[in-house]
Amino acid sequence: MANNIDSIEPVDRPLTTSTGRVLRSEEMVLNMGPQHPSTHGVLRLELIVDGEIIVDVIPHVGYLHRCFEKHCEAMTNYQQVIPYCDRMDYVASMNMDLAYVLAIEKLLGIQVPERVEYIRVIMAELQRIASHLIALGTYGLDVGAFTPFLFMFRDREKILDLFEMTCGARLLYNYIWIGGVSHDLPPEFIPQAKEFCKYFRPNIKEFNDLLTFNEIFIKRTANVGILPADVAIAHACSGPMLRGSGVKWDLRRNDPYSIYDRFEWEIPVGTGEYGTVGDCWDRYMVRMREMEQSLRIIEQALDRIPAGDVMSAIPKRIRPAAGDVYVRSESPRGEIGFYIVSDGSGSPYRVKARSPSYVNLSVVPEICRGSMIADVVAIVGSVDIVLGEIDR
Amino acid sequence: MQDLLTGILGNDILVYTIMATVPLLWIVPYALFAVWLERKVSAHMQDRLGPMRVGWHGWAQTIADILKLMQKEDIVPSAADKKLHFLAPFVVFVGSYAAFAAIPFSSAYVGSGINIGLFYVIAVSALVVVGILMAGWSSNNKWSLFGAMRSAAQIISYEIPTALALLTVVMLTGTLDLQEINRLQAGPFWNWFVFAKFPFIFVAFVIYFVASLAETNRTPFDIPEAESELVAGYHTEYSGMKFAIFFLAEYGNMFAVSAIGASVFLGGWNSPLGDLLNGPVWGAFWFISKAMFFVFVQMWLRWTLPRLRVDQLMHISWKVLTPWAFVCIIGVGILTML
Repeated sequence: MANNIDSIEPVDRPLTTSTGRVLRSEEMVLNMGPQHPSTHGVLRLELIVDGEIIVDVIPHVGYLHRCFEKHCEAMTNYQQVIPYCDRMDYVASMNMDLAYVLAIEKLLGIQVPERVEYIRVIMAELQRIASHLIALGTYGLDVGAFTPFLFMFRDREKILDLFEMTCGARLLYNYIWIGGVSHDLPPEFIPQAKEFCKYFRPNIKEFNDLLTFNEIFIKRTANVGILPADVAIAHACSGPMLRGSGVKWDLRRNDPYSIYDRFEWEIPVGTGEYGTVGDCWDRYMVRMREMEQSLRIIEQALDRIPAGDVMSAIPKRIRPAAGDVYVRSESPRGEIGFYIVSDGSGSPYRVKARSPSYVNLSVVPEICRGSMIADVVAIVGSVDIVLGEIDR
Repeated sequence: MQDLLTGILGNDILVYTIMATVPLLWIVPYALFAVWLERKVSAHMQDRLGPMRVGWHGWAQTIADILKLMQKEDIVPSAADKKLHFLAPFVVFVGSYAAFAAIPFSSAYVGSGINIGLFYVIAVSALVVVGILMAGWSSNNKWSLFGAMRSAAQIISYEIPTALALLTVVMLTGTLDLQEINRLQAGPFWNWFVFAKFPFIFVAFVIYFVASLAETNRTPFDIPEAESELVAGYHTEYSGMKFAIFFLAEYGNMFAVSAIGASVFLGGWNSPLGDLLNGPVWGAFWFISKAMFFVFVQMWLRWTLPRLRVDQLMHISWKVLTPWAFVCIIGVGILTML
């Protein structure tokens, strides 16, 4: 690490007072969370600190465990799982629904209409922007900048307005259904979404001016929490966490699902502009750049969306043949995968979710050691965890 | 003003009591106003309105909050050191309030016209550290302790560039009496010390302002109470009126450092227009306006900048501000000798 901490040499001889008494210096256990302003929910980090310097971090999870997987087995049909998926990653509900629905559709072998595919892509990308806005805004909060947070929430509200206009809900949508979507787009949606794209682009520049290129922000995030690409891969990190380390891996491009192969866009990766590849600033910047790419996808999709019925492919009865399926897609936090086993009955026999935040969190102790308490906050913020999805 | 009062009342003790109460009569309405202002400034910077319900544009919101805080249960952690926990907020407040004694509000009023006013202010405001350490230690909470340790390190480190920056003006004037320093800046604004011996005192002024942000624990140096790291720092375990007193002390400190900056570098109670609009009453107006401007700048910075890390903070104090303050002192010395 390039900061000054390494230059502090550990004291190898005991400190003594003038009377010859030996002063003990020992490590302290500091409990960060589950109630703490910057653990983004109910994460508990057990910090072992030597003064301000972190010796070890032990994350404890499970405070928000709601038995998602077990609940799914008790459902009377496959559709009932969707609202539970909403509540997994509650700031990116659309992407969670999409991931689950894609798995069931693969199990059933359903081909959904073109219009539905386009609507799903638009919704998923709008949700990605909304989710990144929260991630970046709260990251600003973590390093002490309050104002960008509210600017980002202001813009997120506009996305939520679009969702509300379509399906009536602002946070947990239950919008993407097996074989279709719950409501067709209202006629005013497309002009308003286009207007949003036009409105939002200059705001990204504003965020950059206010926070991204702020000298103090760069000092706080560059060269902090460096995650080398090999460590990221070894820990199965995905999403912006992996791309921040310079690995060009995005399931929308590398394992295309839905109709993502039809759009032109790029995969932003960490470049180490202000520090080392894979530092907190890189992960932050990957999210910032992804919002621009999502806007590009949305604009292309809005221009090309065909007319049609969004309900035509919704099956009356869902009873897949016995078998199992694993389908993965790119959520704002990384690879969300659903492994679903069907025993031929009307409800899932087993649902297993591979949640990106949970996997990404596993690398936190690796990259925290040797940094300072303030850096732990910066690192955990840059991982962008959502506890609803970690604990399920 | 002291002579006038003695003439009317003829009783020294009564006069001293009145003279000592004036800053308190100022600090309380000022704090109410400043808290309201902070909310409105932050709100308008963040594209929202802030308090709007209690009175016109929410002017009475802080009064309502104080009333709420007074009614709150005073919670003391069971493992706390009760005496220190009780005393800490008052020590902090005394440190910040005592500094007001030597602040020259107008050519006619200064709480105590001692001839080492500047020295006194620097010394007495360091008392705040003791209170903060007491608060952090007595709470028996690791977060509070971290906040207190950081705060002690920070305030003591930043006293040095602050004092050195103020020394440049003292070198020029040869006095530590704040009223005298103000008198020497009489005339239009180009007589203010911030423009004297250009650019050295100007740089010293910037150093003073940056260091004063750290002394008042304001962003980007709000590390002792960094809410995203240390929950609330040294006052994590305080609630109700004791918390309000910490708050009052913080706002009092903000004004005190701004007032010192205004009177040492920016002419204090002198009108920027020379003899126009000058005099004891206008003097108070100009002085408070200048100080309030810096209070506003402190708020502006708070809602714009992120927070530094503790090692970066020390780096700025010892490796940037202190050497440059010395450069300013040498520069002023050379220019004075020429």
